[in-house]
Amino acid sequence: MTRFLLSTLAIAVIGTTAFAHKVWLRPSQTQLSGAEPWVTVDAAVSNDLFYFNHFPLRLDGLVITAPDGNQVQGENQSVGKYRSVFDVPLHQQGTYRIAIVNGGVFASYEQGGQRRRFRGSIESLEKEIPADATNLRVTERLSRIETFVTNGAPTDEALKPTGKGVELVPVSHPNDLYAGEESTFRLLVNGKPAEGLEIELIRGGTRYRNAQDEVHLTTDANGEFSVTWSEPGMYWLETSTEDKETSVPQATSRYLSYAATFEVLPQ
Amino acid sequence: MKQLFLLALMSVAVSSVSAEDPTPRIEVSVTIPRLNVSEYHRPYVAVWIQDKNRKVVANLAVWYQLTGRNKDEGTKWLPDLRQWWRRSGRSLEHPVDGVSGATRPAGEHTLRFTGDEKRFAGMKRGDYELVVEAAREVGGREMVQIPFSWPATKTSTQTQSGETELGDVSLTIR
Repeated sequence: MTRFLLSTLAIAVIGTTAFAHKVWLRPSQTQLSGAEPWVTVDAAVSNDLFYFNHFPLRLDGLVITAPDGNQVQGENQSVGKYRSVFDVPLHQQGTYRIAIVNGGVFASYEQGGQRRRFRGSIESLEKEIPADATNLRVTERLSRIETFVTNGAPTDEALKPTGKGVELVPVSHPNDLYAGEESTFRLLVNGKPAEGLEIELIRGGTRYRNAQDEVHLTTDANGEFSVTWSEPGMYWLETSTEDKETSVPQATSRYLSYAATFEVLPQ
Repeated sequence: MKQLFLLALMSVAVSSVSAEDPTPRIEVSVTIPRLNVSEYHRPYVAVWIQDKNRKVVANLAVWYQLTGRNKDEGTKWLPDLRQWWRRSGRSLEHPVDGVSGATRPAGEHTLRFTGDEKRFAGMKRGDYELVVEAAREVGGREMVQIPFSWPATKTSTQTQSGETELGDVSLTIR
């Protein structure tokens, strides 16, 4: 119990610095057609949705899955002051899954009576933590930030779960969302439906209203949740959880986070 | 008297001809309004028949930019016909034979079909809706619906009017 409390505390502490902002991908369009359609995607970290005014989202973990299940490269990648950008030519018909998947560690320790923190890759942990560090606490993290775009009719191949971390599988297709309708999705943790995940859902355009107007949802026994879209717009969804399936021996727990952007069209 | 008799005979003959040919005729007229705007582009228009579950049972027409510098470049904007794209367009190969056509100018356009065409093969007896959707570049989008029963028991014409991107839309089934 103490250990659980401490690890939650660690997440809470680190969380306020690392995760208070919203991380997001915003595609220029989600339903496309034409001889050679392209989407361009903004990637940023900010408080307001979907405005880039704080930090760019690094593109190191960019994974784009094409409708046939193969991975394709993001073109024209650029990391700017406030946002990153990349383009995706949609050569295939069907749904693309565009994700930034990052793994790493948070660590906190004491050295010479001073409390220190470290955040970085799993590989760098060994060499970055000094040998005389005491009270070392390490939390592994795995995050997935994603969005979906479709050329022509929606397909499911690219949405097959990888079995790692938090993932969303469609009951309703993420590129078939319309205002006034109810949509259902299933959330998986490490490939298995996860009950009791707490979800926050916010419609974009927050700069032009006084409240976040966030919606809180919880997954049921099948890992499913449903939402009725009150208005059209770009929506941002976030959830997180933790498990013990760490790949770093020093880590006692693993923090799993998920964020996705959905476009809801008017009727 | 003789003339009257002849007339009566003729009318019997005429009606018996139509009775012998029970193939229904479907006539759809769509008016594209003339708009006073600084930048005008002809609208993309889709005309289809859907059932009560909004499932498309027959595509009648889709007017879009068929030609261009690059092949199929006009298909880029087909998703602007939002409902049609969702219900049918996104699953089709474009252009569609007997459905796709070039955009049309302002004015009234009439489409005529006979009930024995292949596109109506899936239409069982029941209630349907004719839907006309228009979307215009740098303009708006509008949809007009006309409910009807199939097959028609007698000739009927129904008209609905759009307010912005469409004028009168009428459906005649005989």
